[in-house]
Parts: sequence; C-alpha cells; structure tokens
Amino acid sequence: MTTLTPVLTRNWDKADSFTRAGYERDGGYRALRKALRMEPDEIVQAVKDSGLRGRGGAGFPTGMKWGFLPPSSPNPRYLVVNADESEPGTCKDIPLMMANPHVLIEGVIISAYAIKSNQAFIYVRGEVLHVIRRLQQAVAEAYEAGYIGKDILGSGYDLDVVVHCGAGAYICGEETALLDSLEGFRGQPRLKPPFPAVAGLYGGPTVINNVESISSVPSIVENGPEWFASMGTEKSQGFGIFSLSGHVKRPGQYEAPLGITLRELLDMAGGIRGGHRLKFWTPGGSSTPIFTDEHLDVPLDFESVGAAGSMLGTRALQIFDETTCVVRAVQRWSEFYAHESCGKCTPCREGTYWYKQMFARLEAGEGTDEDLETLLDISDNILGRAFCALGDGATSPVVSSIKLFRDEYLQHFEQGGCPFDPAKSTLWGGAK
Amino acid sequence: MTYEPDVRQRLERDAKEIIGRYPRPRSALLPMLHLVQSEDGYVTQRGVEFCAEMLGITPAQVMGVVTFYTQYKREPVGDYHVGVCTNTLCAVMGGDQIWDELSAHCGVGHDETTPDGKVSLERVECNAACDFAPVVMVNWEFFDNMTPEKAKQLVDDLRVGKDVLPSRGPNRLATWKEASRVLAGFPDGLAGEGVQAGPQSLVGLKIAQERGWTAPPAGADRERPDEPVKPGEVTDPPPNEPGKPIGGDVKPGSQEGRNK
Repeated sequence: MTTLTPVLTRNWDKADSFTRAGYERDGGYRALRKALRMEPDEIVQAVKDSGLRGRGGAGFPTGMKWGFLPPSSPNPRYLVVNADESEPGTCKDIPLMMANPHVLIEGVIISAYAIKSNQAFIYVRGEVLHVIRRLQQAVAEAYEAGYIGKDILGSGYDLDVVVHCGAGAYICGEETALLDSLEGFRGQPRLKPPFPAVAGLYGGPTVINNVESISSVPSIVENGPEWFASMGTEKSQGFGIFSLSGHVKRPGQYEAPLGITLRELLDMAGGIRGGHRLKFWTPGGSSTPIFTDEHLDVPLDFESVGAAGSMLGTRALQIFDETTCVVRAVQRWSEFYAHESCGKCTPCREGTYWYKQMFARLEAGEGTDEDLETLLDISDNILGRAFCALGDGATSPVVSSIKLFRDEYLQHFEQGGCPFDPAKSTLWGGAK
Repeated sequence: MTYEPDVRQRLERDAKEIIGRYPRPRSALLPMLHLVQSEDGYVTQRGVEFCAEMLGITPAQVMGVVTFYTQYKREPVGDYHVGVCTNTLCAVMGGDQIWDELSAHCGVGHDETTPDGKVSLERVECNAACDFAPVVMVNWEFFDNMTPEKAKQLVDDLRVGKDVLPSRGPNRLATWKEASRVLAGFPDGLAGEGVQAGPQSLVGLKIAQERGWTAPPAGADRERPDEPVKPGEVTDPPPNEPGKPIGGDVKPGSQEGRNK
C-alpha cells in the first residue's frame, strides 16, 4: 500500500504557515544556507540526481533543463516561475502558494543561485488575489531577512525577485507565451527552437519551471537527491500533490509518491459520493485523455499513465460519477479551449471553434454518426499542427471520449437530446 | 478626457515604480493596465494613452494587449465583480445552476453590470479551486462550495453594502479598484488576514497525521530495483514544455501531424 508523504503540504495546518516566522520554525531556509555553501553546479547535479521531473504537466527532467543553459552568454540569465495555474482541474499550486509561499521563495533563491541568475520572476495568474498578497508578503519578508537582495547571507550572491501578475489568459501557462506576456505583449507562443534556455526572456538564457518543481528544490538540497529518489517509481521519482475533485466524498489535496493509484487515493478520499459509481476521470487535467474505472490501478507516474494512453499531466484528478453526461463535459472543455486559443495558429484557432459549434449541436441531440467522424478528422488536423500544445490538449477529451463513450454520443442523437439530468450531478442534488 | 494634474502625478509616480521593477520598460504594461483599472475601474481611453506615453509605444500597441486578456475590461464593471466558474468540473457540480439562477436573480448576463453599478457578472474559466467546487469569485477572492441560494444571498448583500467574507481571503472584501491596485503590485497590507488553507487543502495532511504517515526521514534509502535514471539516459528531445500537458504522441511545434 502506498502512503502519503507530506513535504510541501506538511505545515499547511499551522495558522501562520505562510509567514517567514512560521516557515522557519519548521526548518525553513535551512536549505538556503546549505545551498549557498555549495557550488552552483553541485546543486544542478543534485537536482539531476534526484530525478525531479517538471511538475507543470510535461514532466521534463528539471536538472537537465537547467543544464541546457549555455555556459556563457552576453545576456543576463533569468529564472521564471510559472505560477499561471489554469489547466482545468489543476488546483495544487494555488493552495501551495497561499499556505506555504516561502517554500517557493526558498526554492527560487536556491534555483536562481544554481543557474547563476540574478533576476527571478514569479508569473502568477491575476485571478487569485489572496495568493498574490501572500506571495508579495513572502518576497518582502525574504528581502527584510536578507535572503533576497544584495550579498545574500554574506555569500556575495545577489538576487532580485519580482512577483508579476497576469491578466487572465490560460495560454500564458505555456512557457514561451508566458515570456511574451512577461515582456508586455499578447501572450502568444513562440516557435521553438530556439528554446528558452538559449533565447528566452529578453532573448537571454532562461529557465522556466512550475511552482511545485521549484518548491521541491529546498527539500532535495536539504535531504539529498537519494532521499527524494527513494520515493516514487523507477523513472518517476519523488512526491507530488494529487488534487482530487468532483464526485468524491473528500475532495482535496493529497501529497503522495508518484506511482500511487486512483484506487488508493479514492480509498483515502472516502470513495465516490454515496450511492454512485465512478464513470470517468482525468489523470492530469482536461488536456489529458480521460480514463474510466478500468484504469483504477494504473500507477500514477509518467510512464504508466502514458502507457495506458493518457498523461500524468498535473495530477488533476477530476472525478465524475454516472450522473455526468460525458458529451456535456467535453462540450464545456471544448468551449474553454476555443475561448483560450490565442489565435496564432490556424488549426487550433479554427479547429477549437468548430468543436464548439459541433458540440452545441451534439449535446442538443442534433448530431449524426458522421459528425463523430468529422470530430476525429478535425482532431487529426489540430494535433501536432500548432506552435504549442493547447490545440493538442483540446483534442484529448474529444478523441478519448468518442473512443470510450461512442454509445453515449449516439444516444443523444437517437433521443434528440441529452439523456442526463444535470441536477443529479450537483453538489446538492445527487449524493445519497 | 485626461487625468487631473494631481491624479496624473500620482499615476506617473506609480508607473515609474512599476517600470523600475523590470529590465525593460515594456514589461510594465500588464501591471500598468491593472493600475489604470484601479483608477478608472476599467481600461479607459485616457488610461491607454497614459500607458502608451509612459512606455513610448502607441495606443494601438497598448490596445492590442488589452484585448488579449480577459481581466482587462473595456466597459465599467461593478464595484463587485462576481465570476461564476462554469468550466466543466464546477459546471457539473452546480456552477451551471448557480449561473442560471444568479443571472436571472440579478437580471444581467455575462459581462453585464446591474443598473446600480454595484455588481457585474461573468462566467469565468477554471480558477484552480476545483476541490472547492462549485466556486464563485468576487473581485478575485474565493467563495468556495457555493449553492444557488448562497450565491444569490451573496449578491444581495453586496448590493446593500453588507459585509461579506471570502472563504479564503482577508477579513474584508476589497472593491474592484482596490483589488486591481494589488494586481499592479502595490500590496494592501491584508496578506496576514484569513485562513492559511481551506479545509479541502488539508484533507490529505490530516489523513497522514491520523495514520502516522510521513515522508521518509533524511538519509534513509530503500531497496531499489535499479539505479535512478541518470540524465544522460533520458533520450527525450528538449521539451516543448509545459505549463500544460500535451495532447499526443506528436511533438507539438514539430509541424508533423498525423494525416489520414
């Protein structure tokens, strides 16, 4: 049996967990002192050895990403934290930054030191006011304590950290769109290569990492890469926050080693709400192909979820019971992607718009069998044909739902409408 | 209409402070637009011109940015901007019903404001609080586990000026303009108020505490079938990373699609 491993969430139940005093009482900023006595390259090596892979969705090895920075460059280097958490279902970074912003700040300082950067930015979505306050306060407290600024703790190392608020655009979670946005432009993805490690913010070498990735760095430095790698699976090491939402008895945040299964997590969460059963779920947000009860025992690590036909993504486990209409669910996600497509690449801009129009018809029961083929054809023409992965993500729920629930689509057409009563799916409508 | 001299002076001071945070001035544009909203309540023509002037760019370039981001409003919004999450998870959990009832109750639709100028409604996308679904945001503060009744009461209270408290936020609700100023990077001193975490954020931690589960102690290791993967062994090409999960076996951006 897999057990939970609270590390980033460990102090969240303390009323002052978000203050510097609260964080330091629990051992906070010890890793920073240790890191500043290490050579930057030693830290990069430790992060490589830990096996930490990006927690923002794609799972690219964090230390290797840092290693892509050119050894020398005329332009300054930048560290940018991607705190633009907006993937539907994903809700881990926001509570992390609200309850424990200092673990992120400590991670920022150590990571910036490791990659020899003197300027870091935290790009946080603008729709989370209290989280932004907590980040601003944490940065201010870290400046006061001499953890950020000139000659940090007498090490001779200088760092400035700026909290930068976005303004409502899912696409800015895509790293190159984020850079454009941070430079003061419309947030549209850039063509890669060059990758940000070579030409990123203001054309300088730039590392962009997710909040949870950077927040994992202090514990790796303090406890060692072996400690981190002792958790998780062979190729998906360490812990991660698993976010359960939807039709479960106890939705919430569960920090566990990678490789835990939904069956184990559901057991901890009290199971599906009373009198109902699991119908479908997302392993890592709306951009990851949906799973059903056949996938309860898939280890939630990068390889196993991939082998089962989906992606670990952000461990955003959105759980839907049998009262939920899958066509309605996918329709709403499709509307989301159409709304959030930046419009730069034709296949994504037009394809998601067609999705939206077609799904309005399908959910109303005015579709045909042929429409499903058209949807799959559109999906083929979006996937892999745009600068970034937004369009790819849009195809995931569409293609996977048609594969798994074709009969339910057909039922809509046969009945001339949706066979489900949305009232039964609500928080107040259906639990027994 | 331009800004009064004293207002202009104050805005210039703030704008210069924002610009000073960045290696290049243009990076200040997003926070400066939040600053404009903190003054005017929405992005006014004079606000656009102010940003353009301060940054040495054209008003058209500023507008190109304004129209890209949903938090920038081009018409006045209410003192309290109410966002109902109607993305899939919240919608299914009751967000759709909340929206329908709230919209009927207020007599306004998406991106519209009540005639008294107090409340505006918007259907918002996922706000990263899915474990608290259905979620309503007021001036970007969290109101968790809402019901149609609670949402209607909330709006009624806002319209008559009663105090309402966010589920995870400070002990008073900032107005739209006040909130915009925080987004521009000027703290309002309320960070210390409110809970550190909502109940759902703590469920995993509580279970771990009850059952005595912790992360392994430092220095401990366990039997491993293989050595940890070494960076050199990973053969993936550089990532078309993230921020967001990717949707297929084709590397995004590679221009190689599967065609029939």
